[in-house]
Amino acid sequence: MIDILNILLTDSFWAASLRIATPLIFGVLGALICERSGTLNLGIEGIFVVGAMCGWMATWLGAGLWGGIIVAFICGAFFGLIHAVLTVPLGLSQHVSGLGITLFATSVSYFTYRTALPDVASPPRIEPFQPLDIPVLSDLPFVGLVLFQQTALTWLALLMVVLVWYVLNRTNLGLAIKAVGDNPNSVDAQGLSVYAIRMWAIVIGSALMALGGAFLTMSAFDAFFFGMVNGRGWVCIALVIFASWRPGKALIGALLFGAFDALQVRLQTEMGAFVPGQVFLMAPYVLSIVALVIAARSADYPRALLTPWFKGQR
Amino acid sequence: MISITRRFLLVVTLACSSVLMASASYADKIKVAAIYTLPVEQQWISRIHKALNTAASRGDIEYVYSENIANTDYERVMREYAEQGMQLIVGEVFGLERAARKVAKDYPDTAFLMGSSFTPVAPNFSVFDNWIHEPSYLSGMVAGAATSSNLIGMVGGYAIPEVNRLMHAFMDGAREVNPDVKFLVNFIDSWYDPPKAKESAFAMMDAGADVMYAERFGVSDAAVERGVKAIGNVIDTSGDYPGTIMASAIWHMEATIDKAVSRVADGSFEAADYGQYSFMAYGGGSLIMDESLMSSETAAAVKAREAEILDGLFRVNVNDARPTSDN
Repeated sequence: MIDILNILLTDSFWAASLRIATPLIFGVLGALICERSGTLNLGIEGIFVVGAMCGWMATWLGAGLWGGIIVAFICGAFFGLIHAVLTVPLGLSQHVSGLGITLFATSVSYFTYRTALPDVASPPRIEPFQPLDIPVLSDLPFVGLVLFQQTALTWLALLMVVLVWYVLNRTNLGLAIKAVGDNPNSVDAQGLSVYAIRMWAIVIGSALMALGGAFLTMSAFDAFFFGMVNGRGWVCIALVIFASWRPGKALIGALLFGAFDALQVRLQTEMGAFVPGQVFLMAPYVLSIVALVIAARSADYPRALLTPWFKGQR
Repeated sequence: MISITRRFLLVVTLACSSVLMASASYADKIKVAAIYTLPVEQQWISRIHKALNTAASRGDIEYVYSENIANTDYERVMREYAEQGMQLIVGEVFGLERAARKVAKDYPDTAFLMGSSFTPVAPNFSVFDNWIHEPSYLSGMVAGAATSSNLIGMVGGYAIPEVNRLMHAFMDGAREVNPDVKFLVNFIDSWYDPPKAKESAFAMMDAGADVMYAERFGVSDAAVERGVKAIGNVIDTSGDYPGTIMASAIWHMEATIDKAVSRVADGSFEAADYGQYSFMAYGGGSLIMDESLMSSETAAAVKAREAEILDGLFRVNVNDARPTSDN
């Protein structure tokens, strides 16, 4: 117990938690926007891979870091558009379409990577985002390391939380997005296009997911590898339910998962001699499930989630 | 979902292999196929891929390969290559030891040379592994002499015998030159998650480690960011991290591949353990050091030990048990 307390009191632990949480914040916000408008997007794992590959590849080809981020955003939006067309106007099964997007997006990313780099000993590296050094603030005890030595993408993720919260809760657009997820007929009665709102939500949500992937190759690391997304997208799907479809809670959920993961790494190192390492490795997932069980009891599902809507039908 | 994946893989594999087969025209070369569970960039696999490419460019073999094959799909790909008349199939069966031996039994005329934790099976199933515990021991000596906090961090993929063995050899080497040294050991249960490996390395450096054993991609990057030294494993990454990688235990698969190919060529291939061809005496393993990063005494001690290993005067212990942190 003393060990755990000691770990929890160090600033490097909290800095690591925020680093690990960053891709999840993007992912969970993206999934949240999709689901708030009534569509489950299981393409998230594949869209993470697309973002990781495209962002890194564009930067490597000379687009610059922010150019890479824009490319990742657009590529994510493209795969979101496919999902949107299949599930909104065509009304196909959201599960099947989403899983199809994941398989397709992953394969296309690998195919592109291998076609572009058929014969490399190790993948080429880019100069990734560096931790921002803010005068005075970076030197503050504790918060200096935790908050003010993160990369620009972490700040972007935190900014997105605020932005998504603001749009959903303080604008007419947010009201419309929530309404198509709860009661699309009411939106239709207002003369707004349910199709357009739902599709835009999926496209923008998917673009955000791709940024989560891009963080992995452009900030957390500096090269793309097959399989490096490693289930992070699926974690986001669970975190949305934990967050009860609210951006603030989504941030807390992602941070909680990041903290569990940062903790398991440290505990495994200290206690690996007595407890099998796998126990620690599965801890973040087990604890997420436990948190989910507790939180999901009061979860307020978007009423029209998973329900396709067709104009003129009741 | 599974059927879609399998069908997709089948089509892709068939398409690839037909293209590759069409380009094959020389008759007297040995037909070699390799099957990898990960991309050819992965450290361990890259060494096999390199040795086979070398043999192919020399004109000894015709080489085709499939990468990123899931363990669940591996057996099918083995059978496909065997059916296509491949003479030698190289790969890794750590995730399907029993199934792979069944395939070999069904194709007694095909030679199999597989990375495996278990024994060969007559008549045609041979095994190999990266037995580079000797250079790992030497790299441990470098690390043991370099640490001033007496704490060395080690991040591994999976705790399987071939990983554990090299880690123990490394630890033994470090203890030889520095009896006070302690180790922090962590496994990420993935071969390929650099961000995660990096976070593990950061955690160890937060705990005081000042030399990192970089078994996985990502660890050296963390070492560079914190300005500590690292020890490489299997491949030479010193060019990517100049001034950080003090020494690396390198695996050379050429000796193993060349031996197997020549045996297939003269018809003398039989089930055997090719592990020894990764030993330093056969040129299967070697140590590279950046002597500018260590004292001349350390470099001399390591070289003396290296000579003893090559002369058969010093034997590095083999310990396949999962290593754990010292507390």
